[in-house]
Amino acid sequence: MIVKLIDFFRDRLQLVIRLCYVGLALLVAWDVLFVSKEHAHTAAEHIPGFWAAFGFVACVLIIIVSKWYGHLGIMTREDYYDN
Amino acid sequence: MITDFWLHPALILIVGAFLLPLIPKWLKRPYLVIIPTLAFLDVITMQGHNGTYGVIQFLDWHLTFGRIDGLSMVFAYIMTLMCIIGTIYGLHVEEDYQHVAAWLYVAGSLGVIFCGDYLVLFLFWELMAFASVFLVWFRRRPQSLAVGYRYLLVHTAGGLALLAGFILRYKATGGDYSFGPIGVDAPSLYTYLILIGFILNAAVPPFHAWLPDAYGEATVSGAVFMCAFTTKTAVYALARGFAGMDILVPLGVCMALYGVVYAVLENDSRRLLAYHIISQVGYMVAGVGIGTELAINGACAHAFAHILYKGLLFMGCGSVLHMTGKSKFSELGGLYKKMPMAFVFTMIGGLSISAFPLFSGFVSKAMIVAAGFEVHNYWAAFLLTLASAGTFLHTGLKVPYFIWFGKNNCSQETWDKAADPPWNMQLGMGIAAFLCILIGSYTPYLYNMLPYPQVAAGYHPYNAYHLSETLQILLFTALGFFLLIKKLAPEPKISIDLDWFYRMGGRGFLWLAEKPIQWADSCVSEAYRYLGLIPLMTTARFWSWFDWHAIDGVVDGIARTVRGIGGTVRNVQSGQLQYNIFYAVSFVAVVLVLYVLA
Repeated sequence: MIVKLIDFFRDRLQLVIRLCYVGLALLVAWDVLFVSKEHAHTAAEHIPGFWAAFGFVACVLIIIVSKWYGHLGIMTREDYYDN
Repeated sequence: MITDFWLHPALILIVGAFLLPLIPKWLKRPYLVIIPTLAFLDVITMQGHNGTYGVIQFLDWHLTFGRIDGLSMVFAYIMTLMCIIGTIYGLHVEEDYQHVAAWLYVAGSLGVIFCGDYLVLFLFWELMAFASVFLVWFRRRPQSLAVGYRYLLVHTAGGLALLAGFILRYKATGGDYSFGPIGVDAPSLYTYLILIGFILNAAVPPFHAWLPDAYGEATVSGAVFMCAFTTKTAVYALARGFAGMDILVPLGVCMALYGVVYAVLENDSRRLLAYHIISQVGYMVAGVGIGTELAINGACAHAFAHILYKGLLFMGCGSVLHMTGKSKFSELGGLYKKMPMAFVFTMIGGLSISAFPLFSGFVSKAMIVAAGFEVHNYWAAFLLTLASAGTFLHTGLKVPYFIWFGKNNCSQETWDKAADPPWNMQLGMGIAAFLCILIGSYTPYLYNMLPYPQVAAGYHPYNAYHLSETLQILLFTALGFFLLIKKLAPEPKISIDLDWFYRMGGRGFLWLAEKPIQWADSCVSEAYRYLGLIPLMTTARFWSWFDWHAIDGVVDGIARTVRGIGGTVRNVQSGQLQYNIFYAVSFVAVVLVLYVLA
């Protein structure tokens, strides 16, 4: 059953991707138009779509900085510690 | 002398562990479930009976084994519960001693949770390290032994720091060895020594490298236990002794980010999860550092949730390792058709750790971040939020994607072996998954157990702003993941961590012992041979010669002469009568002839 469901989505991958983009847009729209900002902790959070941008930038930053750090010589061959 | 009847749950596990090898085979599986269940029920019966139990007089010491309060109860509850889940997951393991090691390890944790003084704490602290190392050794790979010894050495060093701290504190306070708030406002040397002992077990950098090293190497079911107990017991000890210690906030934030960075680089699924333990424990350490009632509640709630979802994740990745023998992303992929149940359970663990609404992390992690904002520690709160994006990136997306989807890197053998794991492993995962969703969906279950329930009752994670904030962060992280997925393709590499210093340092020491020290030793030996031994032997030989020829020559010469004459005479006396008569007659004849001639 689980496999069939996954295959069902995989067969319609382009549609699923488009629906995901629509979902993201709706999420930001909901936040901007309807969500009260009274629980916000800082002024920056009142910027429309602040947390969406934060999430995206955080993800990109983590990947790029980590990979840069890894390729400084931290990532090495698997038998590095073997005698 | 026991002050009141009180049965320590650790005692149930210890006695149970020692009796296990004697249990007949047909009774073994029920027994394996019953013992941890009894320990759990024992903890349940203690609820609402706060106080001090199990005080034993030993020589001059009052040893306190049972301190029951809100803080100890929440940890004891989740640890005994996890012991049941972990044992069910490992029911198929036929080697009794793996279960014995696991139960003694849990008993060590429970001993620390309930102890009231540093002596009992130290006893159980060491039991934890010495029992859990067997969970690494039982993997029985060529490298397991070395990993286990490294684990043990690091923990022994931490234990010694702790012991030194207790002794200094005992002296400085004039005989106080009770375990409670240590006085973080006026820290002295002993405060820092005890702190080092605790944060080493919590895997705070730079004392963290033992964790991915050991947890990546442990047995499949052993790792499920290890991921739950050592670090969370340390969080308990920190919450008990060091609540409000400022330095823990930056340390916790560093941990949260450090684990995320290394998780990006990691190719082994279980090592990736191990780095995420460091990241998640970072939230708890920061929570303890903030130290407000909300923050301590958050640290406890997050430890509670973490034990379940991290156990679930280790069970999911462990079941892949159990079935296929592989744990590296570069040797897996596309397995959703072969292991769909393991995928669903791991995904529930991934969504829980990522703090998705309706899953456990959502109601626990947010409490710590909210406490950070509440005390206006904005940089800490924002950085912890940033780390939570990294958590979803790896545990919620990278792990499931590169094992169950993505490029199929499986060999034919791996593919053929892959299938959903045995029923007991699925049951263990099912229980943990159910609890992850229960905690996230029905907050009073967890919140009523926290040390400050009235503060917890006033905290409401399900408001529109928090939902919108979390969903935006997580879903836009997912967008970033899929856009940069090529950059995250698994590389068959390892990442050098701070264990480099003691692994290479150890090797340097060996080199030093083998090369310069051995060379110097050889030089001294050679010099001794030429300058000492040869003249000595020559002198000895001379004296030997002198002794033989000069002294013995005189003494023994006489003896030799007598012996020589005796020998000659003996030859003459052959014992035969005719010869004797012949010699006697000849002698008499010679004498007579001489006499006549003369």
